[in-house]
Amino acid sequence: MVAFDEMYGAPGAGSTRAPYESLQHWLETTPREHFAVRRSQAELFFRRIGITFSVYGEAEANERIIPFDIIPRILRRTEWSTLEQGLRQRVTALNMFLADVYGAGECIRAGIVPAELIYKNAGYSSKMAGRSVPHDLYVHIAGIDIVRVDEDSFYVLEDNVRTPSGVSYMLENREAMMRLFPELFSSHRIAPVEDYPEALLATLQSVAPNGAPASPTIALLTPGQYNSAFYEHSFLADKLGVELVEGRDLIVLDDVVYMSTTQGLRRVDVIYRRIDDEYLDPLAFKEDSVLGVPGLMDAYLAGNVTLTNAVGTGIADDKAIYSYMPEIIRFFTGEDPLLGNVPTWRCREPEALAYVLEHLHELVVKEVNGSGGYGMLVGPAATKAEVDQFRRKLKHAPGQFIAQPTLALSTCPTFVSSGIAPRHVDLRPFVLSGADGIQVVPGGLTRVALKEASLVVNSSQGGGTKDTWIIDD
Amino acid sequence: MLSRTAENIYWSSRYLERADFQARILDACIRLSSLPANYTGKGSAWDGAIASTGGAQFFRTLYDRVDEWTVRDFVAFNPANPSSISNCLMTARNNARAVRTALTSEMWEVINDAWLELGNGTGRDMDRDAFARFIAWVKNVAQSFEGAAHRTMLRNDAFYFTRIGGSIERADNTARILDVKYHLLLPPSETVGGSLDYFQWSTILREVSALTAYHWVYRESIKPWLVADLLILNRQMPRSLTGCYGVLTQYLDLLADTYDQSGEAQTIARETFAELRGHCVERLFQEGLHEFITAFIGRNNKLGDRIAQQYLIATIPARPAPSGPNDPYPHAAQNA
Repeated sequence: MVAFDEMYGAPGAGSTRAPYESLQHWLETTPREHFAVRRSQAELFFRRIGITFSVYGEAEANERIIPFDIIPRILRRTEWSTLEQGLRQRVTALNMFLADVYGAGECIRAGIVPAELIYKNAGYSSKMAGRSVPHDLYVHIAGIDIVRVDEDSFYVLEDNVRTPSGVSYMLENREAMMRLFPELFSSHRIAPVEDYPEALLATLQSVAPNGAPASPTIALLTPGQYNSAFYEHSFLADKLGVELVEGRDLIVLDDVVYMSTTQGLRRVDVIYRRIDDEYLDPLAFKEDSVLGVPGLMDAYLAGNVTLTNAVGTGIADDKAIYSYMPEIIRFFTGEDPLLGNVPTWRCREPEALAYVLEHLHELVVKEVNGSGGYGMLVGPAATKAEVDQFRRKLKHAPGQFIAQPTLALSTCPTFVSSGIAPRHVDLRPFVLSGADGIQVVPGGLTRVALKEASLVVNSSQGGGTKDTWIIDD
Repeated sequence: MLSRTAENIYWSSRYLERADFQARILDACIRLSSLPANYTGKGSAWDGAIASTGGAQFFRTLYDRVDEWTVRDFVAFNPANPSSISNCLMTARNNARAVRTALTSEMWEVINDAWLELGNGTGRDMDRDAFARFIAWVKNVAQSFEGAAHRTMLRNDAFYFTRIGGSIERADNTARILDVKYHLLLPPSETVGGSLDYFQWSTILREVSALTAYHWVYRESIKPWLVADLLILNRQMPRSLTGCYGVLTQYLDLLADTYDQSGEAQTIARETFAELRGHCVERLFQEGLHEFITAFIGRNNKLGDRIAQQYLIATIPARPAPSGPNDPYPHAAQNA
């Protein structure tokens, strides 16, 4: 599949796109050996700092670094501004939608989203029904996956509004690039991303419960060092200057959360949790969870602690709900969506299912509540056996799946073993919602599918990352 | 600071100190074993090394002979030995990783680099040269870590816990050497004397890097009771029991100041330190060197327990405490 290239534009266009001109010149005039040296320095940089992630189910390679590609992905300020507006609109709508789902339920009564898709959804949390959260904010940190198919068309592929990860790579990739290629930073006007932790801290502070001190105590709750994103958790705690806690460091007494310190118990006001809902509190959810904190849910519902993101945001992360996002945005903001959705077939609808079953070899099929590129079929790349297997799964539980056309994700030049070659990329910008409004740091995580022609960019599936530059025109 | 953070910092330091100690024992032993057999006394140098690690009994459950290869394997590499050098480095790194933000990046890099290096084929089959380099490397890691801590850490509770962890482990290590070799240090009337013992004594000194220090302090040939004086009572000697307790008292008091609360750990450390300072080597021998050392090891362990109770274990009602020491042999171990 020949796709739009971030550097060279539409197939056959034959010229370098303006934002990449200076970079292309640099790539052509810099000796190859220089790149080789810098690439190995980059790898060493990541290993030494310990920027690693774990891959589930791979015992021997349990700490790997995500391959980092030194060729950046560049967006013009004007392109970014369009994206940013679309992101603000979308995240505003997501928060209003969640407040409505757990509150008045107007969008359901108005027929925007089918009731059974909400109330029977694994992402819906009945414990949150009728409860309010500070400032009506549910999604404080969102990672919205965006793909590009041509010069002007960007689509939202997924809304990651549970515990999105990857922001540490946005920051560390920039750090690595600045160390390795300082000359590029003097020849380009690149928007900085390093104030993200500052913005995140302000966001977390702004949503502290009523009655919390002016400088609330914040903790980042991690499942622990064997979690695949542990590096990111410790990185962010460090940058935020907050304690990195595990469930066993916290205790709930009389609906108040404390952490156990060398000076005794200390009250916690805001928990930036990187643990899924169902592991938060063994008393409220999975009984056998050892990651969580008994009584945390009671403390939360009593309004004594704020969890970010809120409990129950999974409903907005659901890929079937995703397909209703254009209507949801219109309903809550009264505006047309600025960022489009990828056309989506909901397999729960018999007509859609029939179409999908007939066109499996050309579609991408995803589980509605899957993530990380697991449980997904890329029709054009799949073997017949894989397609058949998915056909059975689909017939067995159609409601668990959605399907989308196989998009020609844009490509970006990337170092591979044979030299520089185009590889498909996506973009995950991070959107912060606090009491004082929405902030989007100019940049994001560009993920790249390193395998030739592959469209799967997930790090768990052999994807790599690139630095993402927003440059002034 | 989180109790768990303090706990991880404390154990990271302990395990690195232990790795260093194990490396020093092997180093001294390699040297001693290069002498002709009639200089090494009863049993081989390798018997002595195993005794010094405190793991002799456990060793016998794993190997059927004592020689250079089995001892090297046991002390440096055996994954079944929780105090083997590779296990120490791995455990130190796991503890550090869990709280890496509490360490400076310099400290983290030392410990993470060591772990990466360890993964790069520290074959059990290394030849003597490679093994000598390995030993030097281990000592270097421990020194770099301590140096990085000293040069880069804020002087706050995190730093105090690194110092406390390192010193309590060091006191334990020195005491263990004395415990298994005390018979060599008894006054002249009770030992055979002669050139054979000289090498045994100098080996003890080498095991704690004190041979040069000995000559500076006493300016005479090696006398066993002076070796005991140096390793137990001399406050200038950083590995002596008194030296270690000087550090422990200092940093436990700083903790008490910082937290505005003093506890049993401070009391035990201060009492032990005062007692060590009031001692003289003659009285040590009169009252029984062995009894003294055994009692000291017990007290040092008790101090470790009290530190854990006071700072490291979550002070939470109705929750099980983290699992206690579960070592196949009696070196304090936790967070493995």
